[in-house]
Amino acid sequence: MPSSEATRLRLRVTGAVQGVGFRPFVHSLADRYALAGFVRNDSQGVLMEVEGARVDDFVAALKREPPPLARIDTLECETITPLRDAKFSIEPSRDGKTQTRITPDAAVCDDCLSDLFDPKSRFYLYPFVNCTHCGPRYTLTRRLPYDRAQTSMAPFAMCEDCARDYADPTNRRFHAQPIACPKCGPRLDHSIEQIVTALQSGGIVALKGIGGFHLLCDARNEAAVAELRRRKGRDAKPFAIMVADAAAATGAGLFDAQSLRLLQSRARPIVIVEKREDFAPSIAPCLSRIGVILPYAPLHRLLFHAAADLALVATSANPSGEPLIVDDDEAREKLASIADLIVGHDRAIVARADDSVMSVIAGAPAFLRRARGFIPEPVALTNDGPDTLALGAHLKSTITVTRGREAFVSTHIGSLDDRATIDFFRETIARMLDILDVKPERVACDLHPDLASTRYAEETGLPVIRVQHHAAHIAAIAAEHKIEGPVLGAALDGHGYGDDGGAWGGELMLVDEGYWRRLGHIAPLPLPGGDRAAREPWRMGVAALAAQDRCGDVFDRFPGMELAGKVAMLASAPNVARTTSLGRMFDAAAALLGVRLMQQYEGQAAMELEALCKSPRALDNGYRIESHILDLTKLFAALLKPGLSAAQGAELLHGTLIEALAQWLRAAAQARGHTRVALGGGCMMNKILAEGLVSRLRDFGIEALLARAAPTNDGGLSLGQAHIARMRKV
Amino acid sequence: LSHGSGGRAMARLIGEIFHAAFDNEWLAAGNDQAAFDIPAGRMAMTTDGYVVSPLFFPGGDIGKLAVHGTINDIAMAGARPLHMSASFIIEEGFPLAELKLIAQSMGEASRAAGVAIVTGDTKVVERGKADGVFISTSCIGIIPTGLALSGDKARPGDVVLLSGSIGDHGVAVMSKRENLSFDTEVLSDTAALHELVAAMVETAGGAIRLMRDPTRGGVAATLNEIAHQSRVGVRIDEKAIPIAPQVAAACELLGLDPLHVANEGKLLAVVAREAADALLAAMRAHPLGAQAARIGEIVADEHCFVQMTTAFGGGRIIDWLSGEQLPRIC
Ligand SMILES: [Fe+3]
Ligand SMILES: [Mg+2]
Ligand SMILES: [Zn+2]
Ligand SMILES: [Zn+2]
Repeated sequence: MPSSEATRLRLRVTGAVQGVGFRPFVHSLADRYALAGFVRNDSQGVLMEVEGARVDDFVAALKREPPPLARIDTLECETITPLRDAKFSIEPSRDGKTQTRITPDAAVCDDCLSDLFDPKSRFYLYPFVNCTHCGPRYTLTRRLPYDRAQTSMAPFAMCEDCARDYADPTNRRFHAQPIACPKCGPRLDHSIEQIVTALQSGGIVALKGIGGFHLLCDARNEAAVAELRRRKGRDAKPFAIMVADAAAATGAGLFDAQSLRLLQSRARPIVIVEKREDFAPSIAPCLSRIGVILPYAPLHRLLFHAAADLALVATSANPSGEPLIVDDDEAREKLASIADLIVGHDRAIVARADDSVMSVIAGAPAFLRRARGFIPEPVALTNDGPDTLALGAHLKSTITVTRGREAFVSTHIGSLDDRATIDFFRETIARMLDILDVKPERVACDLHPDLASTRYAEETGLPVIRVQHHAAHIAAIAAEHKIEGPVLGAALDGHGYGDDGGAWGGELMLVDEGYWRRLGHIAPLPLPGGDRAAREPWRMGVAALAAQDRCGDVFDRFPGMELAGKVAMLASAPNVARTTSLGRMFDAAAALLGVRLMQQYEGQAAMELEALCKSPRALDNGYRIESHILDLTKLFAALLKPGLSAAQGAELLHGTLIEALAQWLRAAAQARGHTRVALGGGCMMNKILAEGLVSRLRDFGIEALLARAAPTNDGGLSLGQAHIARMRKV
Repeated sequence: LSHGSGGRAMARLIGEIFHAAFDNEWLAAGNDQAAFDIPAGRMAMTTDGYVVSPLFFPGGDIGKLAVHGTINDIAMAGARPLHMSASFIIEEGFPLAELKLIAQSMGEASRAAGVAIVTGDTKVVERGKADGVFISTSCIGIIPTGLALSGDKARPGDVVLLSGSIGDHGVAVMSKRENLSFDTEVLSDTAALHELVAAMVETAGGAIRLMRDPTRGGVAATLNEIAHQSRVGVRIDEKAIPIAPQVAAACELLGLDPLHVANEGKLLAVVAREAADALLAAMRAHPLGAQAARIGEIVADEHCFVQMTTAFGGGRIIDWLSGEQLPRIC
């Protein structure tokens, strides 16, 4: 076969190349170009040798058309002595420690969809159809190597047909570990008809999906949605909606091309866009945006196959604040009082993963929550460093494990307030260290002394590096954008424990090589009542009045609040705690404008203000900047003007903040010779503020970097902590 | 009050204040130590320093606190307090009239408790070297035969009892410090608990595993100490924890969790389940335990978590804090 001018190449590929159909792909390419040789998995990825006349075409095709779930990070190539072997073969793995990583869960692929709806296919209407190009991965893998026996598919013995496909290198299901069919695979414990009937008649269904249980109900049935809110004890937090396909999605919300691509991507996140259809009023009260998600499991497809017009509320099934439920028995116990129908199946979910939530901000996707479909994909770092475990802070917790030049940010864990979430936090740490085979040399945590994550860090016995909250917000951006050297950034946030023990949250930070310095901050407002003030924006309204010496106004402004007088006293006391938090300033504005006095969920006041803002308008001289301190007193004075509508106020607030923050950053950037700044913290989830800032800074010739690889909120803290900790000289 | 030379007269003056206020035979003897006979048995000894601002607060003052707190530390061993000592660091310029008030308050507290302050010392330091007055007290007591309470003795299944409402002392001090007024004034709960303890020991004796007074750091800190010392978990029920409405209101205003607020006249007891009802009844029969409640139980937990079942049915983690309560919501 190989001619006399045959060349033999040895190629080594690293990246996401195992368990994604890479070897059959290589085999088919070798066939296409009439090459001999072999391919096999090893501890670093895939090793292959190809020999023949058209090896260059082979290499080009290898780079051009890898399988859908594969990602090539590096490809090394050397020419070696031809061996004149007769054919191409897939060889068994050589060493014990073969599979280096797990790929994220992926939505059902088009080929599998064809099988699903093809009456002649053996996978016809089978809710668990999958192949090497799609299906669950991370969520059903117990440990590495990624092998059926190490997944929750272990108890299912393959039937003859599945075993044949699994062993056939030319088949799409060659070595598809979760391969299953109606004869041999998992079974749903209810029929699709039962589920759809329940939904259409206004019932609430708990349905086991890929990363956990969802609670579903008809999104156009107000009674059903209101009942779901009542039973779940969730007053106002917006619900996401699942619709059949892209066409239905564009009816539900205003999708630009980028958002639509994101919506249809393999990861299938919830995508936040402007609302078009109103659905039931209590889907997302007082908000102009809506979260939309497409069906990602074949099971979801079957629901919409039965009722294409359906729009479903799809919210994670968890009892108040606890992690998503993944276990059938737990679902039956804990969801009995919420769901009318609980639908499970016998394929266990090994690792919990919520739906990811994203939005296109300033021209690119950004995470609000990073989970299913993205984990455990790493963030590439610039240089080697000690393997580090970083533990995040308290809310929207994630952890990060670094290995070599990669940072693995965990799935969204939640708020470390309750036992179940703290257990999940511990499980996640153990699982990540195990699957990555990392023994961390150091551990990073928040500077706050009283967080469960800080306690955990102290108990590891490893050297502990405590990272200031807002330094971590900025460092997370520096890490993913591979910035070397000092980074100037603004952390625009809710609250974080400051270097001085204060309540920080509007900080101008310089982060460099494992250290940070606070250059400036927003001029503080009183914080009357600590965390209470975060839940009750009216208290921040009182604080803003106190700062304007207008305590007498509190009774008129907040007539319903019994404690108004006392809070005013507290806010004017000389030793009251103060906060520089921009998030709390949003709360203050929301209260003064009468938009929201009590918060039912985190960020509600700010989100409702954003919803009211159509075109931001900057107040002339609405701020003062002196030695990097940004004073917003005049803005707040303007918000108190009689006759100002809530919408006008929201526009003034956004417009003035954009101008003020941009000027504040410009002054600092120019003073220190920076042309690039990082914008981090929870306030950067505000699309109007983030986009306005990016564009205004561009006017000044300054490039603004946003968090793209991890959430800009506290979900990204662990990445920033890891980045600082591994750079720290100890 | 002046410091340094000319101090002789002053020292005598101060001495007289305390002699008059404490008034007992040992002090009257005028020696550098007190000598007394002790009953047979195991002895308990403790010492504590008192630093509080403001020195006078609704329901008490630093002097009373210094007597009660140290007696309570003895009482938590199930012991009967015998005698105590007191030492004072006084800042130059501190008003004599206030010192007199503190001394009198201590004398009253010690007489009421039946525990004499038998020896003591005073030092005056330069202005700025102390904040008004600091007091150190020590106490010895006798443990009834057969009783061996200890923080490491809680076992899964045991019951947690609390002698009364929480947060009063901390709120009383804070509202005075922050100059806050409430419709009903909150008074410190400062009290000597040894008589309540005697009644408890008489009823439940060996069934009591341990007792603790939840002072600084509140019930939360104490339960965490117990959990860690005993390598167990604690589960408490939010609804069962007694709290005065005005204390709850003050905590709401200040954004404080009352579980972390200090008490000075309350105790937590961990008791074998079968003796819990009888012990609770005995506590309620005593004026200082009238509001006693069964607030939770000891559970097995390798991580030693203290959890609270809330109104929403969740299992909120009750942490112990390194200092004051700090915001956590980002
Ligand atoms: Fe934050
Ligand atoms: Mg003590
Ligand atoms: Zn597929
Ligand atoms: Zn099969």
